[in-house]
Amino acid sequence: MPAIQLNVNGADVIADVDDAAMPLLYFLRNEMGLHGPRFGCGLGQCGACTVHLDGAAVRSCVYPIGNVRGQIVTLEGLGTPEKLHPLQRAFIDEQAVQCGYCINGMIMQAAAFLKRTPKPTEAQVREELRPNLCRCGTHIRIVRAVMRAAQSPGAAV
Amino acid sequence: MNALIDRRALIKASAALIVTFALDPRVGRAAATKGKPVGLDTVDSFLAIAADGTVTVYSGKVDLGTGVRTALTQIVAEELDVPFANITLIQGDTDLTPDQGVTYGSLSIQNGGVQLRQAAATARRALLQIAAAQLKVSPDTLTIDSGFVIGPDQKRLALQSLIGQQGLSMPMDKAAPLKNPDNFKVVGRTVQRLDIPGKVTGRFTFMQDFKLPGMYHGRVIRPAAMGAKLISVDETSIADIPGIIKVVRQEDFLGVVAKTEWAAIRAMRQLAVTWSEWRGLPAAIELWQHVRQTKIVKDDVTSNVGSSAAALAAAPQRLQATYNFAIHTHGSIGPSCAVAQFDGDRLTCWSASQATHNLRKQLAAMLSLKDEQVRCIYIDGAGCYGRNAHEDAAADAALLARAVGAPVRVQWMREDEHGWDPKGPPTLLDMRAGIDAKGRISAWESELFIPDGVAGFVALVGADHAGLDSLGKLSPGGVIQGLAIPYTIDNVKTVAHRLVSTPFKPSWIRSPGRMQNSFANEAFFDEIAAHLGKDPLDARLEYLSDARGKEVLERLAVLSGWRTRPKPSTGASKSVGWGLAYTKYELVRTYVGVVCEAEVDRKSGEIAVRRFFVAHDCGQIINPDGVRNQIEGNVVQTVSRVMKEELKFSQSKVTSVNWASYPILQFPDIPQVVIDLIDRPHEIPWGAGEPTAALVPAAISNAVFNAIGVRLRSVPFTPPKVRAAIAHPGAV
Repeated sequence: MPAIQLNVNGADVIADVDDAAMPLLYFLRNEMGLHGPRFGCGLGQCGACTVHLDGAAVRSCVYPIGNVRGQIVTLEGLGTPEKLHPLQRAFIDEQAVQCGYCINGMIMQAAAFLKRTPKPTEAQVREELRPNLCRCGTHIRIVRAVMRAAQSPGAAV
Repeated sequence: MNALIDRRALIKASAALIVTFALDPRVGRAAATKGKPVGLDTVDSFLAIAADGTVTVYSGKVDLGTGVRTALTQIVAEELDVPFANITLIQGDTDLTPDQGVTYGSLSIQNGGVQLRQAAATARRALLQIAAAQLKVSPDTLTIDSGFVIGPDQKRLALQSLIGQQGLSMPMDKAAPLKNPDNFKVVGRTVQRLDIPGKVTGRFTFMQDFKLPGMYHGRVIRPAAMGAKLISVDETSIADIPGIIKVVRQEDFLGVVAKTEWAAIRAMRQLAVTWSEWRGLPAAIELWQHVRQTKIVKDDVTSNVGSSAAALAAAPQRLQATYNFAIHTHGSIGPSCAVAQFDGDRLTCWSASQATHNLRKQLAAMLSLKDEQVRCIYIDGAGCYGRNAHEDAAADAALLARAVGAPVRVQWMREDEHGWDPKGPPTLLDMRAGIDAKGRISAWESELFIPDGVAGFVALVGADHAGLDSLGKLSPGGVIQGLAIPYTIDNVKTVAHRLVSTPFKPSWIRSPGRMQNSFANEAFFDEIAAHLGKDPLDARLEYLSDARGKEVLERLAVLSGWRTRPKPSTGASKSVGWGLAYTKYELVRTYVGVVCEAEVDRKSGEIAVRRFFVAHDCGQIINPDGVRNQIEGNVVQTVSRVMKEELKFSQSKVTSVNWASYPILQFPDIPQVVIDLIDRPHEIPWGAGEPTAALVPAAISNAVFNAIGVRLRSVPFTPPKVRAAIAHPGAV
């Protein structure tokens, strides 16, 4: 039983897992109760499971926990209901949710992107979010929310 | 859960599970159910007012990701005049909520909301009468404001103080007066959705997040071919995986239960299983011949005016065309999930089913229980656009929970969802029209080839494989709706040939039948208009006698600039065209007109859907932004279905089992959507969850025709089909 050292949302965590090949997602959801990242495909095709690893958006559904080196941030760590991240604020302001199952991925992908590209064009946002799938058809509002967040102070923080 | 979890909280995973459970308000809810009325004839089935003035709404209609929770809350807040924030809504719990019918058909507001409004109105009148008696005044002199009855001298009586022991136990009264919409303060105004803050911060509890103490994880190993039989299982093949509780086999149903989710997934992948060969599906390339040759069990004539056969025979000009629409999968982003607990006498099942009351009956039948021994509780899942696989996941969880005697959570894998959800059936339509000597449409005929059945019980996959009866019947949904046309033509006959079978177990996906039928109707009408050299808008107005429908089209024309739209270029390699489509949904409710602007690349055959304009009249609007959100979703999702989606299959099984093999629309290809909402506060509120979707296929086809002069009559509109249509106009 390998014990794996992780840092999740700023806290050091020891993960006792049977299998170092287990994707990170299952640890975050089932052992840590972090439900921001979600299982969508288990194939890295939809983005619902996206978390940050050292600031980069990664697909936790295919990322073996044993390979994780660095700081993990989930949607819960990005912002809280009391202290919303500018993207979370913008998604509320634009009402950019239908079922909301994909929204974790949209916000986490966009947050990592806005750090690299603080003032994107709408076309850049669309291209960045290409690998993130939404079935309800909320795309128009999601793009608007990301553009709104990009124009708000502190989005790249 | 908290954002930042310190190490102590993580010492034991099981401790974390119990904390989650204890904090989950749903668990408390699951405990106290005794005596709660759920009949449709009494107010306390729908509403309760607690001693602290909070109001609980019990809704049989559930929020499938549409925002209807918020809209239903608005309706009660308005009619009862209680603060929006004081209302909690409980949805889809067979022990607590009335059976208001399945959450489908764009009916949650139209049926569910209207019932809630009536319950609130009945309660309102009773509370005013009680207050009037206490104050010794006439009820007419009283008003309600923010949960208080206000008397003539500004005396305030809290609503909860007026309720005696019997609570709101009173018969529903359809004659109870409704508030005048002119005085509405909450309904008709945009209200931010209640669920969004939790969803953007990871605090919302989806079905997939729900846990019970001592809960195991299950996965089901589906047959290697759709009709394959289970020959043998070698359980030693998973002996190295820690935490396996049981391999469960019942005839061809095969599942694994494990202590952890990952162990269950590993076991599912690793278990050595031998299945029989099976090749019972038609060849994909012969799908439409197969549909046409399938035995017809009956004909449903959905409209019959004059004598279409005679008029067609007499017509100097005749047009005909065949349309088809591919098999589609639901494709929820979150695979179906359920948790079941079976104590030997009573089954409790949490799921994201759109039909908990029906699921209860199906699970009871499957396990040979009485309905009363089964409780189904709804928890929001990923977006649900019809009868997908939530019910099937529930059956899997129930079978596994019974086998191991402990609560079991089952979440389907992506390949399960794409491979085994029931499908939108292949749909084929033959269209004919006659033009008389004056250039008028004198005859319209259509023949629809579609599986028999209604929106009944869809058999549960696990039950089928286990050899158990789950009350399933061929149930494609109300697929003959939308075949009859909204236009006034002297001779019309529309016939649905109901087929004995269809290759994949069918069910309803958003706007079932209406979408396919409207595709053929609205594109064929466009063909006729083009043949007659008429503008598509003018032609529709000419044959439309419905004033509300005409108004929608006129407002659409203004919104889109239809009458001053640019002409398509004739020579350029890319050409932009405009297409129009119209519906009065099911001929009895929501009016919608849409215009699509699309750019077509003649060489590559690629279509870029740039913009949709939508004029929308669903009567009284509850939450305008909620309606807009739904309309945008209708357009975008259906553009995806029309441009990209088609089930792939071998003669053994579905082969499009993930997002690579069943691609959907992605961000760069999303059209702009421009909406004109027509609010009619004094009219009945109709649905907005489906009607717009029905028009998207025809509008795109018509735009492509306008752009490059070829007709697309087969969904999806893939580049190879466009190129083929250009090469052989009329052949596709």
